[in-house]
Amino acid sequence: MRYLHKIFAVIAKDVVAELRTREMLSSMFVFSLLVILIFNFAFDLRAENQRTLAPGVLWVAIAFAGMLGLSRSFIMEKDRGSMEGLLLTPVDRSAIYLGKMLGNVLFITVVEIIILPIFVVLFNLSAADIPWLLGVMLLGTIGFAGVGTLFSAMAIHTRAREVLLPVLLFPVVIPVMLAAVKLTAAILDRLAFDEVQNWFSLLVAFDLIFMALAFILFDYVMEE
Amino acid sequence: MTKSDLLTAILLALAGLLMLGAVVLVFGVAPDPANLQTPVERYSQRIFYFHVPTWWVGFLAFIVSAGAGVLYLITRHERWDVISLSSVEIGVAFTTMGLITGSIWAKPTWNTWWTWDPRLTTAAIGWLMYIGYLMLRGAIDNPERRARFAAVFAIVAFLSVPINFMAIRWWRTIHPVVIGAGSADAQGDFTLGPTIRMVFFYCLFTFTVFYFALMSLRARTEWLTRRVEHLKQQVIFR
Repeated sequence: MRYLHKIFAVIAKDVVAELRTREMLSSMFVFSLLVILIFNFAFDLRAENQRTLAPGVLWVAIAFAGMLGLSRSFIMEKDRGSMEGLLLTPVDRSAIYLGKMLGNVLFITVVEIIILPIFVVLFNLSAADIPWLLGVMLLGTIGFAGVGTLFSAMAIHTRAREVLLPVLLFPVVIPVMLAAVKLTAAILDRLAFDEVQNWFSLLVAFDLIFMALAFILFDYVMEE
Repeated sequence: MTKSDLLTAILLALAGLLMLGAVVLVFGVAPDPANLQTPVERYSQRIFYFHVPTWWVGFLAFIVSAGAGVLYLITRHERWDVISLSSVEIGVAFTTMGLITGSIWAKPTWNTWWTWDPRLTTAAIGWLMYIGYLMLRGAIDNPERRARFAAVFAIVAFLSVPINFMAIRWWRTIHPVVIGAGSADAQGDFTLGPTIRMVFFYCLFTFTVFYFALMSLRARTEWLTRRVEHLKQQVIFR
């Protein structure tokens, strides 16, 4: 129970810091909206291919917006000099990881909840799909943030800082993205669950593996 | 001449001899696959003896780098970092060759250099992942931290490699699967007779020996580079 409190304290700290400025959430939201709009004229979306492109557009928007949030997550600590403070607190490093990761999942999910209705309207989709889409988005976001938080903590110590994060993260989270895109497409196409069950298993398996691995490896990244 | 120099020399000589044998076997002994009709297909098929072993070496190199990464995090001995780095460098070189040889084969067989087939795409992504590893190393100044982060990245990166390869089995891929059950959509697929199989496994073995020869050379160079650097520091700051 104490451990949960510590995780919660890290999340609460990030949420309070974000609520004071709201700069990260707003820029993530505007950016993801921009990505969706840019895709619209980049692909010259026409009525017949809208549906086939929708899942890919949605996930690229989420991935790009998520990347913004992830790279801020530790740069914020470092620039304000609060990293040392965070590391000096008497909590296990894994609690810091889980707190940071869940905070990132929370921020990205908030952006997703705002962007999804707009997306449904822009792509002329059925509003009944929203709850299912949100479920898939949450699973995808957990995998994305699970390994993204670990890499974000590494990227701040490099010379290129946030520039390096996408280069490291995108290839590694490709399986999560793929499975999420497939499931999103299945929801939009009203496929039976049996047809995409292996993608669902892949997504859940990757979420668990990435989280477990990042949970173990975070200690080694934060060692100083 | 130290013991490890001797080992390197023996491995290199062995790899060279085996490689000569491979050339003879591939062009002199291996028959044409029974089910390939056109001469172009039959000629280009022989790249298979080179293409598959390069991917195998790439794969092996990435396993070694992940294993060395784990050992580095546990023991903190610089030796494992040297091995991990050397292995990734060799792996990237070989997967680059794999991508190029694949393209060369694809042009006559599929009539295109590149296609967005899942197998090709996941292979290219895996290759980019290890380019990322080298970029990560290049962007960190502190050697201890560089080794630590590289080990962490090598472990995470390797984890998604086998599952990437599993995921493609759920797709319809046009890439031939020679070992195991192939996809019904595969184009340019061929069957392995006993002689072809023998030559193929000989080539795999040859490339594996070649990998170890390169590894011992590269690791030794890296180790010496670091020693020179260390000695330089000692002289300057004495």
